[in-house]
Parts: sequence; C-alpha cells; structure tokens
Amino acid sequence: MSSMLEQYSEIVGEDVVDHLRQLAKALEGARVVHVNSTREGGGVAEILHWLVPLKQELGLNATWEVITGEESFYQCTKSFHNALQGTAIAIPESLLRSYETTTLRNAEAMREKLEEADFVFIHDPQPAPLLNFCPNRKGKWIWRCHIDLSRPYRPVWKYLRNFVSGYDASVWSLAEFVQPLPHPQYLIPPSIDPLSEKNVELDPGEINRVYEQFHLDPERPIVVQVSRFDRFKDPVGAIRACRLAKTFTPFQLVLAGGGATDDPEGARVFAEVQDEANSDPDIHLLLLPPDAHRTVNALQRIADVVLQKSIKEGFGLTVTEAMWKGKAVIGGDVGGIKLQVINHHTGFLVSTPEGAALRIRYLLKHRSRLEEMGSKAKEFVRENFLLTRHLREYLTLMVAITHGTEERIELS
Amino acid sequence: MAEPFAVKDCALIALGTGVRAQNLRELRDRLQSIHPACIYHHFWGGLLRPLFDDPEYQNDFAGWAWHGLRDARLAEKLALVDPSQCPSLEDLRRELVEVIEERLEESEFIPWAKTNQQFYFVRSQIVVFDTNLRIEGPAMLAEMVPRLSVGSIFYHFIDARRRTASRRDDFSEWLLGCGDRCAEMVIPRLIAIDPYFSSLTELRRELEKVFKVCLL
Repeated sequence: MSSMLEQYSEIVGEDVVDHLRQLAKALEGARVVHVNSTREGGGVAEILHWLVPLKQELGLNATWEVITGEESFYQCTKSFHNALQGTAIAIPESLLRSYETTTLRNAEAMREKLEEADFVFIHDPQPAPLLNFCPNRKGKWIWRCHIDLSRPYRPVWKYLRNFVSGYDASVWSLAEFVQPLPHPQYLIPPSIDPLSEKNVELDPGEINRVYEQFHLDPERPIVVQVSRFDRFKDPVGAIRACRLAKTFTPFQLVLAGGGATDDPEGARVFAEVQDEANSDPDIHLLLLPPDAHRTVNALQRIADVVLQKSIKEGFGLTVTEAMWKGKAVIGGDVGGIKLQVINHHTGFLVSTPEGAALRIRYLLKHRSRLEEMGSKAKEFVRENFLLTRHLREYLTLMVAITHGTEERIELS
Repeated sequence: MAEPFAVKDCALIALGTGVRAQNLRELRDRLQSIHPACIYHHFWGGLLRPLFDDPEYQNDFAGWAWHGLRDARLAEKLALVDPSQCPSLEDLRRELVEVIEERLEESEFIPWAKTNQQFYFVRSQIVVFDTNLRIEGPAMLAEMVPRLSVGSIFYHFIDARRRTASRRDDFSEWLLGCGDRCAEMVIPRLIAIDPYFSSLTELRRELEKVFKVCLL
C-alpha cells in the first residue's frame, strides 16, 4: 500500500510532492493542533479529514480536536455565521453567555494540549475564545476564517473581534474578506481532496445507481446543486431559475444537501425549499446524511450542469468538486466562486435567478461548449485547488510565522 | 571551475494588507505609498498562485482596469508595463503611476468600480529552502533542469533578478564562472526568454531547450 503522498503524486506530479517534503523538513516534529466545531458535515471538517493525516505523514505531530456544546451554543454560532456574512441579527445576551461558558468548558478539557502545542489553528468563530482561556500558551495561534466577512453586521463582528485580535495571525480565503486586525493576515484559498470518497473516480454501475435511487430520468438533462440547506446558498433562487429555464428546455433539478451538526437552521430552510418546489416532479430535493459522500460524488457526475446559486459564499468547495469532475459550473458572482468560475471559460457567473436560467438554457443547448468548459475547469482545479497546494501554503505559513513578517525567509 | 550550483526552492505565501481602491484616483494614491512587495506580488506573484492559465492581462492592475473599471484603454496600457524592463520596483511603481496619471488627465470622470469589484492590495512572503541538490557542471545543469520544481524555476530565474547585482538570473551568473565559451553561448539566449508571458512550466521547457542545445 503506497502512502497518501505517493498516491497524490500520481495526480499532481512527483515534483509537487517532493516540494512538500522539503518544506516540511523545517517543521519536523512540530506539535500542531486544529480545533473546529464538527467532525462531519461542511467544508471545514472535510478539509481537516485530509489535512491532519497528511501533516502527520510529513513528520508533523498533528492532531484534531472538536469542541462540543448544547443547542443554545449552536444557535449562537449559527447567528454569528449569518451576521458575519451580512445579515442584521441581534443575538440575545443569554446566547452570548452560553457561547462563552461553552468555550470555557471546552478550554478546560483541552487546555494542556493547546498550551503545549507549537501551532494551534482555530477554525471559524465557534472555538475563537479558546485563546483567551489558555494564558500559558507556548506556540503560535492562528485563527482560520472560512467565511465571507467582506461586509459583516458590525455589532456582531465588534463582539467577535475581541476574541480574534489577540491571535498571532489569521488566515482568509480571499483578500476581500479580510477585516483589519493587528496581526499578519494570510490568504489561503481552500481545496479538495481528489482521493476522498466525495471526489474519487466511481465505476459506472455505482454512478448509474443514483438514477434509480432518486427516481431520476437518465434520458433527460439533469442540473444539480449540492450544498447545505442554507439561505446563503439560495436554494429557492435555484428553483426559480429552474422554472424560468424549464419552459424552453425540459430538465430535472436536483437540490442535494447534507446537514452539519453545528447548523440548527437546516430543517427550517429545507421546509421553505419544499414549499417553493411545490411537489414539482422535476425538482428533486434530497436531504442526505452528512456521510453520503459517494452519493454526492455520483450526483455531481451524472449532472449535465452544476449550479451553485449562492448569494454569499466563503469559498464553495462544491464548486471545486464539480469542476474536478469536468463540469461547467453556473455560480453566484460572490466570494470564492469568483476565484474558481472564470466567466465564459470554466462556467458562468450570475447574479439573479434569471441569469442562472439563461446560462442553463445556453449550456444545455451548446453541448460542445459545455464539454470544453468542463475540461478547462478540471485542469484549473488540478493546478490550483487540490490539497497539495493548500498543504504547501499551510506549511509555508507555519515557517513564515516563526520568522515574523520579513519579506524573505531563507532556511538554512 | 565554479562552485557547484546549489539548487534552492521556494514557496510564496500571500498576505492581505487591508489597503484597497475603488476608483482610479484611489489606485494612484495607494500605489504611491504602498509597500514595494505589493507591486512585486501583483506583477510576479501570479506565477505561484491560483491564476487561470489564459489570463486576458498579465498583471493584476491591468486586469482590474478591465474587470473592475471596465476601462479597456487603460487596461491595455497597463498590460504593456513590463516589469522585466524596469531596473527596480521603484522604477516600476513610477511607470505605473505615470500611466494612471495620464489616463486621469484625459478622463472627464474618475472611473469607479462596484463595491464588490474593488482592488485589494496583497503582498507576499517568500520562504527559500535548500534542496541539497548540487549541480557539478553545465552538462549536469542541462540534465537536471527538466526535473526542477516550479518553485526552483521561480527562485533561480525570476526572483534572482531582485537579488543579483547584474539583475540577471542565477543560471547566467553561475555559467559565467564555468568558462567564457559556455557563458557566451547561453546567456544571450537566456536573456531572450521573456519570463513575463509564460507560466513557470513553460519557462522550464524553454530553459530545457536552451541548455540542451548549448550545454549537451
């Protein structure tokens, strides 16, 4: 059995993997702890599932901790998520107290490990206060913000800023998300794992089974949007786009979403989407368990066109996944989607359901254009959005942060 | 005989600066005072960061002039600013400001971008490490170049222009110590390679071709 890195070298080339090994030498044996708030569901957990083992394979002593909380904690952090992405929302004092006491309780459970670590990566706002509860920390603490913070609801950001400004550095997916903070702010777009169950090649039998499983007609085109049932992903807008386009070109729309344990709003949004779909037999709403990775993989592969009609998006890993499968993507002109969907080259950027409808019609009619865009999309992901690039930037950041902010760091 | 050529590799990491511009006058003002590392990043950083393989414009300022400001005339002029023709980053800064000033003077209105299309200044840190690979002579250089990482190509062929007194690449500098004939044959051909319009993989192929013809 070859190592994980050897398997990746078959996809990205040996020189890329050698480069990682060389860079990691400077960090050999470093104790690295990643902390987030869910082990399954959502892009952060997916990244940590491969990032931590790969760091271990490169000789770092990397581990992954998950904080836990009660319902009120997740209600509070979901409100943070909405507010930081721009929704004006007042968070009751009781929820804020729950947030602080929950993170304190978690800090007590993992304090020794965190204080001893050489590098601590805290992902998103949920575990952000841990820093304040670890006064004897020895290593560098980095806050990793995965969400679109370009126009936050100010009162909530003002509250959270107190918890993150004390970090040694922060990491953001795009320059436009960066908020002023008194430390270096690194830019690292996320990535996908091409060998994970979500992205690995599937045999035709497994792909074809999803037609039967979800009562899809293989003879008619299929447009797929995969994402949590979250208002920022605009599933209702996707249905409206579908209705507008369907009168010209008959097709089926699949909206497939898993839940994340730290997202208490999913069920409510799913109900709204059901209302909008109004039992249309060509609109398939699939509520999938968080570990249905192979099903999602197969759905993306049977799609003629992939849609990601988000109105706010941190990065949009489902866009990357679809592009890696050679699909042209119609995506909202927001956040990290703009970095991936190169308008008219790897797909189309749209701002309204009308725009999405227009592009669906265009792509379903111009099949050769669809294929050309899909193949460009796959190569674009291979060069830029696979985990090897992401890992390289994490390693570079770790080396860089131990040398301050100087522009050039020469390792002996 | 020269010392063996020490092959180094590098990785860039980008940093947000929080500095941004929404119109052309703001871009000009920010450019006059921004850290030179930002200017370097927006011209050369693209070689080592996510970038579509067929960008319409080779530097970020030109790209923004078109995608953000929708000013095709300015985009074309900025795209022609060639960093490899500027002796220093300060010269490059002056050249950029000059082009923008000229455009501001001939415009009746200040071109503006939408809020979600602002220009964000980014800089980068470079981490350089030794690969422990040593090249003993010109023939070995020709054999090894196809196997060098794109990070090594960036460091020795692009970054070197900032480090060396002659503003040349590291290969040329090293070959000077390997004998006049060798240097005479190779250096003019290396100078003729335009690094500004190629990806690092393409540059590696061009170097391979030159070394194969001259050194094997």
